[in-house]
Amino acid sequence: MSGVRVLVGTRKGAFVLTADGKRERWDITGPHFGGWEMYHLKGSPVDPSRIYASQSTGWFGQLIQRSNDGGKTWEPVGNKFEYATVPGTHQWYDGTPHPWKFARVWHLEPSLTDPDTVYAGVEDAALFRSTDGAQTWEELPGLREHGSGPHWQPGAGGLCLHTIILDAQHPNRIVIAISAAGAFRSDDAGKTWKPINYGLRSEHIPDPNAEVGHCVHHIAMHPSRPDSLFMQKHWDVMRSDNAGDSWKEVSGNLPTDFGFAIDVHAHEPETVYVVPIKSDSEHFVPDGKLRVYRSRTGGNEWEPLSKGLPQSDCYVNVLRDAMSVDSLDKCGVYFGTSGGQVYASADAGESWNSIVRDLPGVLSVEVQTLK
Amino acid sequence: MIRVVLPAHLRTLARVNGEVSLDVAGEPTLVSVLNALEALYPVLRGTIRDQVTQERRPFVRYFACAEDYSHEPTGTLLPAEVVAGKEPFLIVGAMSGG
Repeated sequence: MSGVRVLVGTRKGAFVLTADGKRERWDITGPHFGGWEMYHLKGSPVDPSRIYASQSTGWFGQLIQRSNDGGKTWEPVGNKFEYATVPGTHQWYDGTPHPWKFARVWHLEPSLTDPDTVYAGVEDAALFRSTDGAQTWEELPGLREHGSGPHWQPGAGGLCLHTIILDAQHPNRIVIAISAAGAFRSDDAGKTWKPINYGLRSEHIPDPNAEVGHCVHHIAMHPSRPDSLFMQKHWDVMRSDNAGDSWKEVSGNLPTDFGFAIDVHAHEPETVYVVPIKSDSEHFVPDGKLRVYRSRTGGNEWEPLSKGLPQSDCYVNVLRDAMSVDSLDKCGVYFGTSGGQVYASADAGESWNSIVRDLPGVLSVEVQTLK
Repeated sequence: MIRVVLPAHLRTLARVNGEVSLDVAGEPTLVSVLNALEALYPVLRGTIRDQVTQERRPFVRYFACAEDYSHEPTGTLLPAEVVAGKEPFLIVGAMSGG
């Protein structure tokens, strides 16, 4: 019997939500690691029982937890993230040089082929990899040592590497994104990197068309079309059809093109989902209405999806890693809010139900489709 | 034996209730107690002090016999009452956040 497992990271712990393929009745366990900020949890596509989780607080630093039984039990694994070379400085908010310093893991991306290999995107921005089930971590320093590093500056949440995209068709390709440096791609498994920000335009930097300095919020890709990337930037929804070499805006008729989350339908590579947020100074949905917007044309033409979602007095945010899709038929779409609700649609967004309504603020949502 | 009191989050992480007791080899200094604690409970590595720099985390404090040892050099000897096990060494999560 097929089913889904939804991994939810919140500001005060992790929760595991499971259902059968109908996705109507949910079993909820948690909080796991109560009181800790759970920035991200993600399961291995090779071994769904293997789940990695990022656990941190401002008091006691960073831990990594690993489960080998689908989130029932957990064990702490390696949490030593040491930059491979002298980190140097990046820009601080005021434009002055600021020493590079590890703060936390924002995103964990398990390998597509090996359950013991997992990548970690960290703040201050760097990419780490473990090949022993997260017991030890090594930085891939070519990214941080890209010549533009001293010019990177943090977004409001810090200088964070928050997006890691692996590509089964091009095993040596890795796409990452950093707030607020932009997007980068490696075609040699992380040894060397190039910025892929041509076509992005950001009014909050001195040169709006600069090679780096763009506040990319999230990038999504459909596995069958790895050259097509969809980006939610600080402002603007963008797409690329050449693996990021150039981008064009596809915000179209969105009510606002500010936002954080973006994802692609599991079976329709041109169907894209975003959750528009009012503005960079008002991080909540516009008009008090929680609406997911869907484009079935790869952007530009968007339709609001609101059936089952609150349409008055709603002022929540949906963060960059807080949306995910399953690969059942019909495609399930899931997202979590700053207000602690986790919503699910079992019909590709046509209608929504809350799985749970009163969790701590949701930081991340990842879905595992269980066969 | 040196008695150490951990903050709640670290007790949960180390899976201990109440105080922990440590055998500390050599002189009972701040650093030797922390080393012994992390040797007994490896999961605590990186939670009290940074694993790379060994600096105390900013929101962690060390108290003993009603004195604040947080800013003392790491080679500072702990007070005799702590060494004798009459008083605990307190590792405290700083109060912040309202």
